[in-house]
Amino acid sequence: MGKTIIEKIIKNNTGIDAKPGDIVTVNVDRVMIHDIFIPFVASKFEEMGFKKLWDPDKVVLIYDHLVPASQVDDTRHFKVGNEFAEKYGMKNVHRSDGICHQLMTEALYVKPGNIVFGTDSHTTTYGCVGAFSSGIGYTEMASILGTGTMWVKVPETIKVSITGKLPDNVMAKDIILKLIGDLGADGATYKALEFTGDTVENMTVASRMSMSNMAIEAGAKCALFTPDEKTAEYCEIELDDKQKDLVGDADAVYCREICYKAEDFVPVMACPSNVDHVEPVKDIEGKEIDQVFIGSCTNGRLEDLMAAASILKGKHVASFVKLIVTPASRKIYRQADENGTLKILADAGAMITHPSCGLCCGRTGGILTDGEVVVATNNRNFLGRMGTSKVEIYLASPKTAAACAIAGKIVTPQ
Amino acid sequence: MGMTIAEKIIAAAAGVSEVKPGDIHTVELDRLMSNDGTTHLTIDMYNKLKNPHIADVDKLVWIVDHNVPCDSVKTAASHKKMRDFAKKNGIKFYEGEGVCHQVMMEKHVTSGELIFGADSHTCAYGAVGAFGTGVGCTDYLYAMVTGHSWLLVPETLRFNLTGKLQEGVYARDLILTIIGKIGANGANYMAMEFGGEGLHTLNMSDRISICNLCVEAGAKTALMEVDDIALDYLKEHGREPKHVFKSDDDANYAKVYDIDLSTIKPIVAKPHFVDSVVDAKECVGTHIDEAFLGSCNNGRIEDLRAGAQIIKGKKVNPMVRFLVVPASADVYRQALDEGIIDTFMEAGAIVMNPNCSVCWGSCQGVIGENEVLISTGTRNFKGRAGHKDSFVYLASAATVTASAIKGEIATADMV
Amino acid sequence: MDKFSGKIWVLGDDIDTDIIIPTEYLALKTVDDMKPYAFSPLRPELAGQISEGDIIVAGKNFGCGSSREQAPEIIKALGIKCVIAKSFARIFFRNSFNNGLLLIENEDLHDVVSEGDNITVHVNNYIEHQEKKYPIAELPQNLVDIVNAGGLVKAMRKLNGLD
Repeated sequence: MGKTIIEKIIKNNTGIDAKPGDIVTVNVDRVMIHDIFIPFVASKFEEMGFKKLWDPDKVVLIYDHLVPASQVDDTRHFKVGNEFAEKYGMKNVHRSDGICHQLMTEALYVKPGNIVFGTDSHTTTYGCVGAFSSGIGYTEMASILGTGTMWVKVPETIKVSITGKLPDNVMAKDIILKLIGDLGADGATYKALEFTGDTVENMTVASRMSMSNMAIEAGAKCALFTPDEKTAEYCEIELDDKQKDLVGDADAVYCREICYKAEDFVPVMACPSNVDHVEPVKDIEGKEIDQVFIGSCTNGRLEDLMAAASILKGKHVASFVKLIVTPASRKIYRQADENGTLKILADAGAMITHPSCGLCCGRTGGILTDGEVVVATNNRNFLGRMGTSKVEIYLASPKTAAACAIAGKIVTPQ
Repeated sequence: MGMTIAEKIIAAAAGVSEVKPGDIHTVELDRLMSNDGTTHLTIDMYNKLKNPHIADVDKLVWIVDHNVPCDSVKTAASHKKMRDFAKKNGIKFYEGEGVCHQVMMEKHVTSGELIFGADSHTCAYGAVGAFGTGVGCTDYLYAMVTGHSWLLVPETLRFNLTGKLQEGVYARDLILTIIGKIGANGANYMAMEFGGEGLHTLNMSDRISICNLCVEAGAKTALMEVDDIALDYLKEHGREPKHVFKSDDDANYAKVYDIDLSTIKPIVAKPHFVDSVVDAKECVGTHIDEAFLGSCNNGRIEDLRAGAQIIKGKKVNPMVRFLVVPASADVYRQALDEGIIDTFMEAGAIVMNPNCSVCWGSCQGVIGENEVLISTGTRNFKGRAGHKDSFVYLASAATVTASAIKGEIATADMV
Repeated sequence: MDKFSGKIWVLGDDIDTDIIIPTEYLALKTVDDMKPYAFSPLRPELAGQISEGDIIVAGKNFGCGSSREQAPEIIKALGIKCVIAKSFARIFFRNSFNNGLLLIENEDLHDVVSEGDNITVHVNNYIEHQEKKYPIAELPQNLVDIVNAGGLVKAMRKLNGLD
């Protein structure tokens, strides 16, 4: 019988022909821990009685949520992280290079077919290169650090096919928001998403990343794309036979299949305060806004900044509206500097911050107050996510966000 | 009887022909700057007035620079209050354009003006011969409502500069040396006036840096003689001088200091006082956790160039957080054009958007318990940069950058 | 833990981890420091009202959002005996069991209860509310093992020969 991508990855990892619902123990290829949780991982690891890491080279520690520190106790996380890395011989530590999920793929820690866990829900991102990756808590992370293994329940798979050419000014973000709206915030809970069709085949790895990143907002355990030549180039590898075979078989069993025609997509927004509350931008046009945020592991990549710049070039942000741009990594920042994108954004009045999670994690980078409205390219618009519970957060693509910044209100990008 | 520059500006603002130290005069103000540190308090007081109004809205400039982008729900509320008030009343408003004093220098201040700023480092405006002084929000509010205020005419300390700074020595080393010499209250209530041949060897960035820090000696204001360099600066920025004053030959000074610039050495101000100044070499080897290149004192293009030149092709020590924060959006764009931003990013620095950063220890970049910062900021008071038990050393852009590379306090010749 | 009773607090659908504990408070040193801010964006007074042994009954997708394990830890620290919801987000689900917080899925209970009601939970069997029984599923063996060990930390300590 045929297999879905996730079933193949699990088979390759464990040798077991597992089917959805089975519980299997997998060997972990890589783990990621970020600054917020490192103190908790470190204390749980020692409390568990481990004396060494199962494989220090497979552990990546990334400071991003607290960079730069905005509260006096934040730097304690760096201190604990540095001590832990030193004590257990970890070399893969990034202290100010960007957002964890961007770095995991960009710095080549993840390969197609890998099984990766991270102490962050958006770890689903690495499905963009065909890796099974998922978020876990710090206690489970501590146990992986000691054992190199973790139990998982093999998920059922929802297949999403998208065919055709996307209209102008529609981005991958609009697709994933539409999908989340259709599935609901728990529509893929415990399940894997598998993307297929010529629309996603024609997408850049960066666009795929925006989609796999947000799969968790429908509750998904992981979100997978078939690795192809673009993936190989991005990961700086030649695909081996097993990696090439990471495609859903024709006779694989899916719990649900969803088909979209690319031409049907329009720019959309997730409205307050749920990611699945998705509406076409044209239906909410005219609402006045106070701030725009372009960044995050969802939409802080070079193509996102360039898309925003294409709208903002020669224009200026509306008066009394702030535009905050937070590139997803140091490398992206430098590329955007090199190709003139940062200059265009700065000339348009953007505040360009150091690469980090910034406003997305709600600790700094543009916190808002009662009655304020923000259009943001990140992944969550939950109550209180960016300030008080009376802040309205609209999630959108970088193009839509840029257009709103110029207009000072919600508008469809033209 | 002759008058000093400060006396002449006050006399002009008071509409009298002569003033002398100790006199109190009612003066007309040219400009009123306020930032997000205290403007929300001013607004609260304004709203309690019986008959609130603004004397001349064109004189007001409001700047959000301390916590930008906003980093807490508390500051978000005070920013909104400030933004809404500015919008409603048509007040010139900047947010994210840079540190207030730098923005004022780039866009508003001209020589001979009398300016109140609700921030102690307003004395920076003396670099173009403007009388800038810091006030609290009550004084600010009175001036905002009436357009004038009262001012006690200060005595003046005169600094005659001769010679030229040596290679690798900066204006910041000079002013910290002066503060170390006269003490943190050495110029209390006084004006510090700079002139002499040596002044002409200092560029505008140097001059802003010097005047900006005079409040750390307690000065009410700092003033420099306006020369061609200052006039060119105003011209480049599209402004005409209001008055160009020089001190009279028979002006009366409380004290005159002669400073030979060539004798100045790289220095460091040790925790927790700005006047705790020592030769930088004495601090070499001190462990640091963070380094900061920025602020209204030292975040201009010249300062970034000095740092970039040292760090080019080298790396920030991985255990040090090196914050590089251009003082304004104009400085940032210039630095982008010159490839300086990339030099810092390549080296591993944290390049932030223009703001006050850790110089104002309640926003991004704060340091934790027992941590040590070396900074180009304005102050090293206890707790200034974050945790109450932390340590701040002040030094020049060059010394700060060299220290970021070494992971401990180092001078530029050591890297 | 076969059977227990408690007073219930009723919450809606999609109670996300930013509601359970906002990011602003995540770098506080201990779970006890964070505890007062639990549920604050939605019901700021709730954390102070919960007593030891109370039960939360919620709608679908409880715990969606971030991987922050403080979410179940805080709920446990507030004294909540178990959370009953129509469904749970998966990371929250794993985190809860790893910390010894019992979760029970039930489709119907949420629609009939009112805040302040008393219910009785018969673990792995049914929930009783106003003399009506609502059946619940048995937990999978691997979760039972973790719970029996007293949480994942204790299970690992056993593995390392410590307890």
